[in-house]
Amino acid sequence: MTKTGEKLFIKGNEAISRGAIAAGLKCYFGYPITPQNDIPEYMSAALPAAGGEFVQAESEVAAANMLIGAAACGVRSMTSSSSPGISLKQEAISYLAGSELPTVIVNMNRGGPGLGDIGPSQGDYFQSVKGGGHGDYRTLVLAPGTCQEAYDLVIQAFDLAFKYRNPVMILGDAILGQMKEPVITWTPEATDESEGKGWRIVGAKDRPGRILKSLHLSEGALAKHNLMLKNKYEDMASFTQKEEYQTEDADLIIVAYGSIGRIVKSTIKKLRNEGHKVGLFRPITLYPFPSDDLKKLAEQGKKFLTIEHNLGQMVEDVRLSIRTIADSEFFGFYPGNLPTPDDFEEPILKALGGK
Amino acid sequence: MSEEKLVFDRADALVDVPTHYCPGCQHGVAQRLAGELLTEMGLTENTLLVTSIGCSVFLYNYLNVDSVEAPHGRAPAVATGVKRARADKFVLSYQGDGDLASIGMAEIMHCANRGENVSIIFVNNTVYGMTGGQMAPTTLVGQKTTTSPAGRNASKEGLPIRMSEIIGQLGGTAYSARVAVNNVKNIRKAKKAMKKAFEVQQKELGFGFIEVLATCPTNWRMDALKANERIEEELIPYFPLGVHKDVTAEVED
Repeated sequence: MTKTGEKLFIKGNEAISRGAIAAGLKCYFGYPITPQNDIPEYMSAALPAAGGEFVQAESEVAAANMLIGAAACGVRSMTSSSSPGISLKQEAISYLAGSELPTVIVNMNRGGPGLGDIGPSQGDYFQSVKGGGHGDYRTLVLAPGTCQEAYDLVIQAFDLAFKYRNPVMILGDAILGQMKEPVITWTPEATDESEGKGWRIVGAKDRPGRILKSLHLSEGALAKHNLMLKNKYEDMASFTQKEEYQTEDADLIIVAYGSIGRIVKSTIKKLRNEGHKVGLFRPITLYPFPSDDLKKLAEQGKKFLTIEHNLGQMVEDVRLSIRTIADSEFFGFYPGNLPTPDDFEEPILKALGGK
Repeated sequence: MSEEKLVFDRADALVDVPTHYCPGCQHGVAQRLAGELLTEMGLTENTLLVTSIGCSVFLYNYLNVDSVEAPHGRAPAVATGVKRARADKFVLSYQGDGDLASIGMAEIMHCANRGENVSIIFVNNTVYGMTGGQMAPTTLVGQKTTTSPAGRNASKEGLPIRMSEIIGQLGGTAYSARVAVNNVKNIRKAKKAMKKAFEVQQKELGFGFIEVLATCPTNWRMDALKANERIEEELIPYFPLGVHKDVTAEVED
């Protein structure tokens, strides 16, 4: 049972904030960094009003560690940040993964490396989908392309976090965070009261104390833990989402995600009108990556062009997915500029022509 | 046969296992006091413990309470998250000096300043213990460690930091005190001070902080007795015992 709410004209950042509160968010910990400040600003007023806790932490590091505490209690918790801030949170994200604590982390990606700029970029793909912090771990990564999808996916993110007892990342960018679109709000079924039962810390009554930790010192203990995590990450692989647009008869498949995926869609619409057989494959889950679906397209003899707002990161996963059958060309639109649909015409036509 | 009466027993908050501490180390004393208080104050079932790094981390093996482990220095942030999620629980953390006064300086200052209703026991033995005896922010001037082989040099490495004085200056602190566990008299005082820190949390008055001067015979390269003497002769003169802030007098009157 879901309750459909109003139709609002809001920014992506606000859609994420509203989605999180609709999902039953109890604790938000954050620190200001552009271009995601709308999230802590929205949360500071709306979350306490909804009966939750908002803390502006002293740093991104502290905010991410506050998540460890709240997640250990089995409540729905979240932080948000942008690229340099996410780097600072990675230590805690590694501990969250190692201790199997469910939480949601939003990254509104900006340009890097280093201080970079405050404009959009997809330079954090590697950091998001390959672990990011120390040790062997993965976070589930969801990449919305519209404000509505941002609202919907953040709700799903909390369910996935608890299902897998693992951090889930929403990976957006400055475009998604700052643009306004109509969003239809909805509220999911009431959160299961027993969420976290069996592992969360609530006080040791009539049982021995429970320890949530990532330290495994005795011989073989860490190996066992790592094997368990590996099996869990393999289980996650069954859960993938993607959007396919006009791929059936396409000769060339453009693989692009998030904001770039949506801009490329506009380019494809224009090229289709001109008679070019191009289609879009937009991964929504970046980890796990929808490799099987992409491989199916490769088996149909399609050609591939991966377009990203970076120097080439997701293209490695695209190539891994289709490597036994085909290859993918790459076009990188460098962070520091804002792309328009026109910017992708030439590289797409070039890839089509190189048949 | 005359009837025997039990006059002293292990507090039920303490798990009946041998600890991993080196001979003469006073972590065991500090942890025992905490365990006794949890039992005596009826807090055991209601306590959520945040363990930290180094020798302190294994406290989760010695207290029979629910616990979560924090990364190096971040226990006060983790404790903040726990308390904000479960304001009805008693939140206790326990950190060493390298952890709290070096890498975790930001987290402890802001946790105290926000007046989080948590209790933090800070064990100051002037050295990084488990890591192998390196210099800590609390290492005394002239003290030799594995990273200050000629002794701490104030002109290059600064002076040892007095944490309970600093914490006592912050607006959110309800109670801050320094104690030692080097003799029976001081142990009794330490327990009283720890109790006070726990009580301010129960009364939701703000942040409670107890600094415990303790020995580390292994890394001090001393036997247990000499290490205990060092507390009296070197540590207490630089880190004076006493209460640096206590808001309860104003509130209770």
